[in-house]
Amino acid sequence: MESEVILKVENVSKQYRLGVRGTGTISHDLNRWWHQLRGKEDPYLKVGDINKRDSKGNSEYVWALKGVNFEVKKGEVLGIIGKNGAGKSTLLKILSKVTGPTEGSIKSNGRIASLLEVGTGFHPEMTGRENIYLNGAILGMTKKEIASKIDEIIEFSGCQRFIDTPTKRYSSGMTVRLAFAVAAHLEPDILIVDEVLAVGDAEFQKKAIGKMKSISEEGGRTVLFVSHNMVAVEQLCSKVIILENGKVSFEGGVTEGISNYLTYNSEVNSVLLSKRKDRKGNQNFKINKISFNEGNDSIVQGKPLKIKLHYFNKLSVDNIKISITICKNFEEKIMNINNHSQGIFFSVEKGEGVISITIPKLYLISSEYTIDVWTSFNDVVLDYVVNATSFEVKPSDVFNTGKALNTSQHGIVFPDVCEWMNN
Amino acid sequence: MLSKDKWLFEITPKNSLFSLNLKEIWSYKDLLVLFVKRDVITLYKQTILGPLWYIIQPLFTSVIFTLIFNTIAEIKTGGIPPYLFNLAGITFWNYFSECLKGTADTFKKNQAIFGKVYFPRIIMPMSVVVSNLVKFGIQLLVLLSFYIYYVAIGKSVRPSVYVVFLPFIVICMGMLGLGFGMIISSLVTKYRDLTFLVSFGVQLLMYVSLVTLPYSLFVTHDLTWAVDFNPMAQIIELSRFVILGEGTVSSFGIIYTLLFSIIVFILGVLIFNKTEKSFIDTI
Repeated sequence: MESEVILKVENVSKQYRLGVRGTGTISHDLNRWWHQLRGKEDPYLKVGDINKRDSKGNSEYVWALKGVNFEVKKGEVLGIIGKNGAGKSTLLKILSKVTGPTEGSIKSNGRIASLLEVGTGFHPEMTGRENIYLNGAILGMTKKEIASKIDEIIEFSGCQRFIDTPTKRYSSGMTVRLAFAVAAHLEPDILIVDEVLAVGDAEFQKKAIGKMKSISEEGGRTVLFVSHNMVAVEQLCSKVIILENGKVSFEGGVTEGISNYLTYNSEVNSVLLSKRKDRKGNQNFKINKISFNEGNDSIVQGKPLKIKLHYFNKLSVDNIKISITICKNFEEKIMNINNHSQGIFFSVEKGEGVISITIPKLYLISSEYTIDVWTSFNDVVLDYVVNATSFEVKPSDVFNTGKALNTSQHGIVFPDVCEWMNN
Repeated sequence: MLSKDKWLFEITPKNSLFSLNLKEIWSYKDLLVLFVKRDVITLYKQTILGPLWYIIQPLFTSVIFTLIFNTIAEIKTGGIPPYLFNLAGITFWNYFSECLKGTADTFKKNQAIFGKVYFPRIIMPMSVVVSNLVKFGIQLLVLLSFYIYYVAIGKSVRPSVYVVFLPFIVICMGMLGLGFGMIISSLVTKYRDLTFLVSFGVQLLMYVSLVTLPYSLFVTHDLTWAVDFNPMAQIIELSRFVILGEGTVSSFGIIYTLLFSIIVFILGVLIFNKTEKSFIDTI
């Protein structure tokens, strides 16, 4: 049972035509039809460039995906990562039958439900309850199934008070909560989730990730998850594939996959953070990349930790406040590093730049941590990213005792060598 | 690799013209019902008169048509009172034109939802045809109340015995509207020109579909070819014949219309089914 392949993607390719559609459409269609009539191959399938966003190609046809192969086993959570335009969304669209592949085939042994967007088909004039029914049916549930789960869905959404109010009166966060609640109670064999968690607050993101985890662990269901949020991918997935220019460039373990992805292109980290949409603030000052210890040394307990914030600043800011919070399990705040509370004041000039913060000795137990970054000016939020990035603290023999401090029984933070007296 | 060649389903690029999955469509019947419910309850939200608009539109159109065609242009409508003649024509014509216009932009109107989630696309146009049925039913009741009024004041209108076939006429109309709508919506995904054709084409078609002009008028002007081979003219005339007991119908006309509707419907389903797989790339 454990090793049963539930989804098999074989040699899937997808071709798109670039440029403005209109001129030449009929002539290409007729030419294609003429070839088909004589039993010949489609002339436009032979041409086409590989999918590279930033290079100039020769052909007006481009392969968004070319020869993609992979398998997913039952109960696996597969993370699909890749740069913008690498073909992730195209792949998900083909898997969820929104569009067909140009070549290749996908074989599945289970019902697929996709969540490429939350709240598809929500009608603003209808109440929350009516929308649950409509959205559930769009996602493939029968009325009976929805009726049996409606209380659970309303409870999960946390919108009990508003459930009989038209959704046009909802805040955007509430709409997302309601929509995700419906999707989370789908019971497909394979659930496809695109970057939908980018919306919603931290508490809800955690709830959503927890729900997806339990779907796969307890329900034995398979999840395909696309995200730019590496922290979420690491938390949730059991396997990762990397798409690069329409091809699978890596398939394997999560930790290996993520580090592979982050190193194959040093720009990726910056792309990741700069493309994150779940940020708050006016973005006049924006953190594009966070690097640790010059990007080469690993982070070791008891040793210094240098955090570099690469930013882009639209206007010069006189007295900026920068606050970094190190968290465990996404939201448990461990410590805060803040220039104002340390009595350090500085201004930042317009344009690109780097702010370095060095913690002289990092007294944290060896584990995974995440970072929230907050910047503000005169109490106006400039940029605020929750779970901006993650890092791992490696164990070391801090006090030369022959033992590393790496057990969580001893807490999370430890002090420097203390004065001990025995009177 | 236990079940190597036994897969639940397969997604491949080639799809045959006849790969209509009826079982799948049936499994989404609840969605059809919910779409109909959505259309009906949201159409007149935040309006004062609400569903009264269903009634106002045909009544006023009939008043204007009666004034122009029957009072000013002095067109005779036989034994049927002109107002009833026009109201009956408009009620039936509305159902067809609403079905056609409502389904002709299926792909364009729903591209946001179609681009994000899969369900058999044909559910969408089918729901339009069904929800228009609600509107048609209300308008039919209005027609009925005027009918009773005219009978009460002693006009010689009475239904023919064939009135039991009325549901079949409505189904025929639905198939025709849905069939044409699906064909057009499929072509519109690539060639937007057709949207313009539909909006004024429907309007022009009305004048040669016996909605306001009686068949006798076409006979006296030697223009019967324009209505004989027009399935909508046949349907309007037929429906007027069964409910008002007066009209020119022939067995040729009935068989021709029935076959025409069935062929258009099947053609529409096939073309629509072929388009739904890849339209999102071309729209």
